[in-house]
Amino acid sequence: MFSKLRTTLAALLAVCAIAGAASAETLINGAGATFPYPIYSKWFSEYAKVDKSVKFNYQSIGSGGGIKQITAQTVDFGASDKFLTDAELKAAPGKLIHIPTVMGAVVVTYNVPGVPTGLKLTAEDVSGIYLGQITMWNDARIANDNPGVKLPAKPIIVVHRSDGSGTTAIFTDYLSNVSPDWKAKVGMGASVKWPTGLGGKGNEGVAGQVKSTNYTIGYVELAYAFENKLPFATLKNRDGHFVVPSIKSTSAAAAGAAKHMPADYRISLVNQPGKDAYPIAGFTWLLVYEHQKDAAKGKKIVEFLKWELKHGQKMAAALLYAPLPDSVVKMVQKTVAGIK
Amino acid sequence: MSHEEHIQDSGFAGSFNGDRIFKGITLGFAFSVILVLLLMVAGMAHESLPALRQFGWKFVSGSDWDAVQGNFGALPFIWGSIVSSLLALAVATPLSVGTALFITELAPRKLGGAIASLVELLAAIPSVIYGLWGVLVMAPWLQQTVEPFLMEHFGFLPFFRGAPYGVGMLAAVFIIMIMIIPIVTSITKEVLLAVPLSQKEAAIALGATKWEMIRMAVLPYGRSGILGAVILGLGRAIGETMAVTMVIGNTPQISLSLLAPAYTMPSVIANEFAEASSKLHSAALMEIGLILLVITLIINIAARLLIWGVTRQQSSGGRK
Repeated sequence: MFSKLRTTLAALLAVCAIAGAASAETLINGAGATFPYPIYSKWFSEYAKVDKSVKFNYQSIGSGGGIKQITAQTVDFGASDKFLTDAELKAAPGKLIHIPTVMGAVVVTYNVPGVPTGLKLTAEDVSGIYLGQITMWNDARIANDNPGVKLPAKPIIVVHRSDGSGTTAIFTDYLSNVSPDWKAKVGMGASVKWPTGLGGKGNEGVAGQVKSTNYTIGYVELAYAFENKLPFATLKNRDGHFVVPSIKSTSAAAAGAAKHMPADYRISLVNQPGKDAYPIAGFTWLLVYEHQKDAAKGKKIVEFLKWELKHGQKMAAALLYAPLPDSVVKMVQKTVAGIK
Repeated sequence: MSHEEHIQDSGFAGSFNGDRIFKGITLGFAFSVILVLLLMVAGMAHESLPALRQFGWKFVSGSDWDAVQGNFGALPFIWGSIVSSLLALAVATPLSVGTALFITELAPRKLGGAIASLVELLAAIPSVIYGLWGVLVMAPWLQQTVEPFLMEHFGFLPFFRGAPYGVGMLAAVFIIMIMIIPIVTSITKEVLLAVPLSQKEAAIALGATKWEMIRMAVLPYGRSGILGAVILGLGRAIGETMAVTMVIGNTPQISLSLLAPAYTMPSVIANEFAEASSKLHSAALMEIGLILLVITLIINIAARLLIWGVTRQQSSGGRK
C-alpha cells in the first residue's frame, strides 16, 4: 500500500516539477543514519542553490534501514554510522563504496552533586562502570584519577541507550577496543546485551534520566551534549593524555587514523593514537555503488560529493560535527573520482 | 453470519436489486477486515521464519536477548508486558468503576458532567506526552519520595527490594494506569447509564440504601458491560508503546521487584527495529510482534467468552 502511495506522491511531485521548471530535474533518493541528518539536509539545501537541476531527498530512517535499502537498490545512496561487514558487502548486487562525510563523537555525561564538569576517567574506569565492576562513585580507581575531587560514597546508576543506534555502536566499539573483558562478554553493536544499567530511549532519554537522577552516568552524542550543556567527562586517550571532547579533538582522532587508513575507509576511529585525539569518535559514511546504474544520476552524485568535500566540510563545525582532516579529504577526493 | 441468514430468512433478499448490491458491498467490507488481519499474520509469520526455525519454542522460554551473539529469547518481554498490564488494570479497575459510579449515581448532575468530560479529556492526551511527563516529573517523584517510602515500610516483601531508580516496573504500571482510566471510566459510565430506572426504583422501593441499590440493581446489571470495558482497557495497556518505553527502564530481566527496570514487547520492537541489521534480529523482533498479536487475540477471545458466560448467567438468573 505504501509503494502505491509513494508512486502517487512521486507522480504528483513529477507533475509539480514539470509545471515548475522547463528543464528535467534529477531526483536523487537516499536513506539511512539519523545522526548526520542535520548536516546532510543543510548540504542538500545549499547544494540546491549551486546546481538547480538536481534535487536530493534524504530519509533518516536509521543506519540499518539505510544499509537494507541501498542493498535492495531502492535508493540511490545509503548512509550509515557503522561500516558494512564483509558479508553485508557481498550481499549487495554491486561494489558498494564507503564515503566518509563527517565525524561524530560520544560524550560520557554524569550527574554527581558536588562534582563539576570535567571528571577524569580512564578507559578502565568507563569499561569497569559499564561492566558493573565499578559500582561506587568513590571507588579507588576513579578517585585516583581525580585528586582533590570529593566523590560521594553512592552507588553508580548506569544509563545506556535502549534503542538501537550508531551512538551505541561507537560507544561499544570503544569499550570492546579498550577492554578485552567487554569484548568477550558483550561485544559491539547498535544494540547489545548490557551487563548493567537502565535503558533510555534516544539521546534525550539518556540525558533526561541522567539529569533527573543523582549519581547517574550515561553517554550521548557530542552535539547533543553541547547543545544541552551537559556536564561531560574528560577521557584518557591512548597516548595517556586526558582529552576534553570537542570538534577539534574529534578531528584529531581521524588525523591519528589517517596514517593507517584502509582504501575502503572501513575503519573505526575509537582509541586512535595522537596527543589530542578524543578516544570515542567515529566516521559516518555515505554508501554508493562504484558502478552507477544510471549514468546521469551517478554524475550528479559525484559532482555533489566533490562539492561537499570542498565546500560542505566548512559547514560541519557550526552544526557540531567534526569535519574530515585535510589528509583524509585528499584521499576521499580520489575515491570519489573513481565512481562511474 | 447470523445476520446474513436473518436477511435471507426474512424473504427480502432478492426482491430489490439495490438490497443485493448493498449486501454484497457490506459483505466485501466485512471480509476485507478479516483479510487484512490474515494477511498481517501471514506476513509477520513469513518475516519471522528465520527466528522460528532457529529457536523454536526456546524463543518463548528463553530469557537471553543478545543481538551481538544472535541469541534471542522473549520471556522477559512477555513477562514485562503481562505483569505491567495486569497490575495497571488491577489498580485502574476499582478507580474507574468508582469514578463512573460517582458520576452516574452520586454526584450532582453538573459536577458529574464536568468530571466526565475531564476524564474523557485525559484520553485525548497523546501517549508521548504521558511519557514525557512520566520521565520528567513522575519518575523523579517516585525515585525520591514513593520508592524510598515503600522500601522502608514494605522492604520485607520481595516486591519492594532493590535500588530506587525512578523508572522501572512501578513507573510503567502508574503510566499505564493513568492511560487506561479514561477509557474504562467512560465505557463503564455509559453502561451504568443504561441501567433501567425501574430496576433502581424497585430497589429503593424495597427500602435499599444508595449503596445497596448500587450493589443489588446497578452493578449486576452492568456486569458484562463493565467487564467489556476492562478488557478494552487491557487491550490498550498491553499495546501501549511510547509512554511505557520512556519510563520502564528497558532492561530485559524478570524480577519480582516493582522497583526494578523491565521491558515490554512493544517497547523492544520500537527500540530495536530501525537499527536491526542482521536478518535474525529483525526476524526475532517480528516474532515478538506475532506473539503480541496472538496474546491480544487470546485476551479478546477470552473476554468474549467471559462476557457471554456472564450474560447467560444473568438472563437465567433473572428468570428464576
